Amino acid sequence: MITGTPKPIEEILEMLEPYDNIILAGCYGCVTVCRVGGDKEVQVLASTIRLAREAAGKKIEIREECLERQCDPEYLEPMRPYVEDYDAVLSIACGAGIQFMAEKFARTPLLPGINTGFLGVTERQGEWTERCQGCGDCVLHLTGGICPVTRCAKQLFHGPCGGSVQGICEVDKDVKCGWQMIVDRLIALDQMENYGKLKPYKGWDSSRDGGPRRIIREDMV
Amino acid sequence: MLPCTGRIDEALLLKAFEKGADGVMVIGCLEGDCHYVNGNIRARARVERVYRILEQIAIGPERIRMYNLSAGEGAKFAAFTNEFVDQVEKLGPSPINLARKGKTEAP
Amino acid sequence: MKSESNLERVLEAGQFAVTAECGPPRGADPDVVLKKAELVKGNVDACNVTDNQTSVVRMSSVAGCMLVKETGTEPLLQMVVRDRNRIALQSDLLGASALGVRNLLCLSGDHQKFGDDPQAKNVFDIDSIQLIHMVKTMRDEGVFPSGDKLEGAPKFYIGCAVNPFADPFEISVPRLKLKVDAGADFVQTQCIYNMDKFKRYMEEACRQGLHERVKILAGVTPLKSAGMAKFMNRMVAGIEIPEDIIKRIADEPKEKQAAKGIEICIEQINEVKEMEGIAGVHVMAIEWEEKLNEIVGGAGLLPRPVMELL
Repeated sequence: MITGTPKPIEEILEMLEPYDNIILAGCYGCVTVCRVGGDKEVQVLASTIRLAREAAGKKIEIREECLERQCDPEYLEPMRPYVEDYDAVLSIACGAGIQFMAEKFARTPLLPGINTGFLGVTERQGEWTERCQGCGDCVLHLTGGICPVTRCAKQLFHGPCGGSVQGICEVDKDVKCGWQMIVDRLIALDQMENYGKLKPYKGWDSSRDGGPRRIIREDMV
Repeated sequence: MLPCTGRIDEALLLKAFEKGADGVMVIGCLEGDCHYVNGNIRARARVERVYRILEQIAIGPERIRMYNLSAGEGAKFAAFTNEFVDQVEKLGPSPINLARKGKTEAP
Repeated sequence: MKSESNLERVLEAGQFAVTAECGPPRGADPDVVLKKAELVKGNVDACNVTDNQTSVVRMSSVAGCMLVKETGTEPLLQMVVRDRNRIALQSDLLGASALGVRNLLCLSGDHQKFGDDPQAKNVFDIDSIQLIHMVKTMRDEGVFPSGDKLEGAPKFYIGCAVNPFADPFEISVPRLKLKVDAGADFVQTQCIYNMDKFKRYMEEACRQGLHERVKILAGVTPLKSAGMAKFMNRMVAGIEIPEDIIKRIADEPKEKQAAKGIEICIEQINEVKEMEGIAGVHVMAIEWEEKLNEIVGGAGLLPRPVMELL
């Protein structure tokens, strides 16, 4: 899922300074799963903002919403009849959803209530770790199912770099060395010949470096 | 009416403050004795989160507190309640109530 | 000859080579490098100039190499892939070669979190092994990786670094093989203290015939004091100093510890000289360059051979 972390409340209150009447929109997608932007989080954030604002002597009206998703136009359209009755929308969906809302409701200020993180998985409740950088050229079949772009801090294709200690990356004692994991897996799968091959230079143009990306499925448009 | 403190969530606790509570007391069963296994453990985690939220927005985190006791400990219940009421009285009205009072008083 | 570098000539002639290291300053003062280079002169066949080591910003390695060259010692350019994409790497290499640099050490580079600017963008466009491959392609085929012809191929004796003490041990020789397959001509190892582990590494490397395909220089670093030894053991990833070495130094009174450190270093050099597959030594007397002469001389490696220009 796409993960995220809540923005500090001071930052959100500062963003909301000029506004008295807002929509707070959550999303039932990824951000619900990682407990940062769902229905519950909308309620808690709305109360928090109202309490803080009222205590400071400047009330705020909040319409609480949670949309199915904020990244598909059909789920945003139902807001069109009333969105302009509000000063701003504070969205706690991911950056994609926030931006899509901004595009669809061009005359409404869109405020991000979370810092969108990464494509990741749930290790346990409350802990999510990154797995995929969306590089556009997946080689997981050659690396025992472990991504060298995401899980190696140096994105090496012929790791490890020699800086790891007992399988822990030099960058952080809580981060496992990606290449140690790859090597361990290749050995377990009896695929060490994959390690011995010289890999071609990575083409970063299929990732963000090539410019903002798009996918067009000819068979679908 | 709640079957267990496990039913309480942060939104409910914050709503109480929005409605004008100066303090919120959460009383759950003794840890290990929850009829629903660990509802009271979950409640404690949620109360902690609300504590931190109140701290961040300067409402006064001491306005919320969770106590654990068994249904038969009447004297303890009275003692806890008195203690908490004293604590909240010392803190004074919640900033929300002060703001509202300021508003409704004639200029 | 691939590069006609002095180091290449020494190694190809079967002589036991000696290299050392100069760290450029944290500023624009050339005298720092010139002074170190004077201490190195005459004691080595080539001198490494580090590239923003541990991500700490220093004068560029290419500039440092030119200053070393000025003093009459052959420089060895260290280049990390942490900070430059393939465009900049190619460009800097062509420039360095044009300025007369003939030795290159291809490295990954420590993560930027260790240095001045942990918030900097992390490049790693290609890794160190791909860099070796890229330089070899440019040197031997006279083309860019894109395929276009070069107006003058760069001439480099291509090196790589290995750490026989890194985790996991099982991958260290296979990774050396990858570097050799990519085109490395020589290797400098991380500094050795655990001789047993190093012997195991070399046995495996020789078993795979790698010592015949690449010239391996064993890395040594003289210990200045017991305190330094303990610090390095604890704080530097990939360095393990056996207890008995630390004890030998610690047993000395403080003012005699440095001399003991040098004595141990000379012993290590003598030991690796006898090992199969070792073609030379890389003495990293960091911020202690004045002792280089004593160390290299003490190991019977002076004077350095003067190689005929063929």
